[in-house]
Amino acid sequence: MAIHYWEEEIETLPRIGLQSIQLRRLQHLVTRVYKTVKPYRDKMEEKGVRPEDIKSLDDLGKLPFTVKDDLRDNYPFGLFTVPLDEVVRVHASSGTTGKPTVVGYTEKDIDLWASVMARALACAGAHKGDMVHNAYGYGLFTGGLGAHYGVEKMGATVIPVSGGNTKRQITIMRDFGSTVLLSTPSYALNLADAMDEMQVDPTKLSLRVGIFGAEPWSENMREEVERKLNLKAVDIYGLSEVMGPGVAMECLHTTKGMHVFEDHFLPEIIDPESGEVLPPGEKGELVFTTLTKEAFPIIRYRTKDISRLIYETCECGRTLVRMEKVTGRSDDMLIIRGVNVFPSQVEHVLMGIEGVEPHYQIVVEREGNLDTMLVQVEVSGAVFSDEIRVLENLGKRIEAEIKDMLGVTCKVKLVEPRTIQRSEGKAQRVIDKRKI
Amino acid sequence: MKVEQIAIFLENKSGRLSEITGVLADNNINIRSLSLADTADFGILRLIVDKVEKAERVLKEGGFTVGKTNVIAVEVPDRVGGLASVLKVLEKAQLNVEYMYAFVNKSGENAVMIFRFEETDEAIKILQDAGITILSGAQICAL
Ligand SMILES: [Zn+2]
Repeated sequence: MAIHYWEEEIETLPRIGLQSIQLRRLQHLVTRVYKTVKPYRDKMEEKGVRPEDIKSLDDLGKLPFTVKDDLRDNYPFGLFTVPLDEVVRVHASSGTTGKPTVVGYTEKDIDLWASVMARALACAGAHKGDMVHNAYGYGLFTGGLGAHYGVEKMGATVIPVSGGNTKRQITIMRDFGSTVLLSTPSYALNLADAMDEMQVDPTKLSLRVGIFGAEPWSENMREEVERKLNLKAVDIYGLSEVMGPGVAMECLHTTKGMHVFEDHFLPEIIDPESGEVLPPGEKGELVFTTLTKEAFPIIRYRTKDISRLIYETCECGRTLVRMEKVTGRSDDMLIIRGVNVFPSQVEHVLMGIEGVEPHYQIVVEREGNLDTMLVQVEVSGAVFSDEIRVLENLGKRIEAEIKDMLGVTCKVKLVEPRTIQRSEGKAQRVIDKRKI
Repeated sequence: MKVEQIAIFLENKSGRLSEITGVLADNNINIRSLSLADTADFGILRLIVDKVEKAERVLKEGGFTVGKTNVIAVEVPDRVGGLASVLKVLEKAQLNVEYMYAFVNKSGENAVMIFRFEETDEAIKILQDAGITILSGAQICAL
């Protein structure tokens, strides 16, 4: 397989060279932010750290964190480092809880974004000549436009189809000969269902690769999408506070982590409880510092995403560190009888059992001094039986596999379909009734 | 010789049973026999109806988890030891009964029992060889 790079030199640079670029950029960034943005300066002064204290990459840990509330507190443009007349675009989060968060880009930022997005596309084997079906939503959300400019930069053809109108999307896919699909993984499954309904055979389409992101998804879901759409599914990572799509990207040579474009986005892993930086390879909360963005740089942004950094060199030749597929959110982490539990682990177990659909809800309660965990699982047609014994065995099997995976005993309760709200909108995966 | 049975998953919540019978009545589907098996957490409702395909469809549309299985309707002499004589045949052939329940109407002088086996075809053969009458879906719906 020929390897496509977009910026080969930097993507395959020996780590020592990469680190010196990172340090130089970090020092420059901290100095600039300290001078121009009062909220950053205040926080640094509070911690007693000045720009000249950043002498090595390890000194990054001395800097204060930035959290989502900092963005809300400085709504809308308080953390921008350039005058507004240099900002050529803004994006904003939907703000379902509280004020939205607003980010801005200079012309140079937009160009940088297109470049990292082009790198991401190249990681997935896309190239000039590809017909790229971009089903990420266009608008305030960074997904659609972010991916769009990367495709154009690369010289491939972008179909800016955005989200929704699924049947028309399939017609376009078939008639235009889409070769690359960009969407959320759950939307990819919607497309597969609609194809089935329209009796469109995915093996007759030209789709080769799907680049899926903007929501967490499991290995089992990857297998399902690949099978149902007859393409190779790769994972992309990004978040608007850092840039948008194109922060990290899986290559075609591994399913063990996405290459972080760390000459622009410097990652760290911290303990979500203590805030301490964890040793390389350990699992914890992912933190990003942007090294080159102009309008809206961010220092040590706590993503709440749980991941791990993998430093082993990849077969593709890229020396860029890989971040493991996000396995949960530090927000969602439950501590049950002293064990850290992520709802995504339960989902993983369910997806691994033939016919079981990942429609579940975890209910945690405390009886006396003991936490109890109840997992409600919807009974799909595929696993339903007219025999009590078969269903009881299914429940027991799920209980055993959860115990195996999490190390926590739980009780499984089988429930009727559609009892648990679906993932469009926000499914409530966890109900914690403990009064602690 | 097999009879199609509809099975429905039920959480033990009040009102669900009447919802199901309501859906079927609205669609002019006649319940010929019914059995509910349950545990502490859930139940399985098994139905013999006159319009199987339609019942399956309308229940699915109503958001229920529905399954279809083959069962056997067996004529059992309506006298002391009638059922025992049938069970004896099965025991001798080492056929395991998953579950059984009584059909409401009688077939002439005989009672009718619904049997669920893992090995349906084998069970039919053994019962017939023993001279036991097995009724088809059409036959029991006509009772
Ligand atoms: Zn690679």
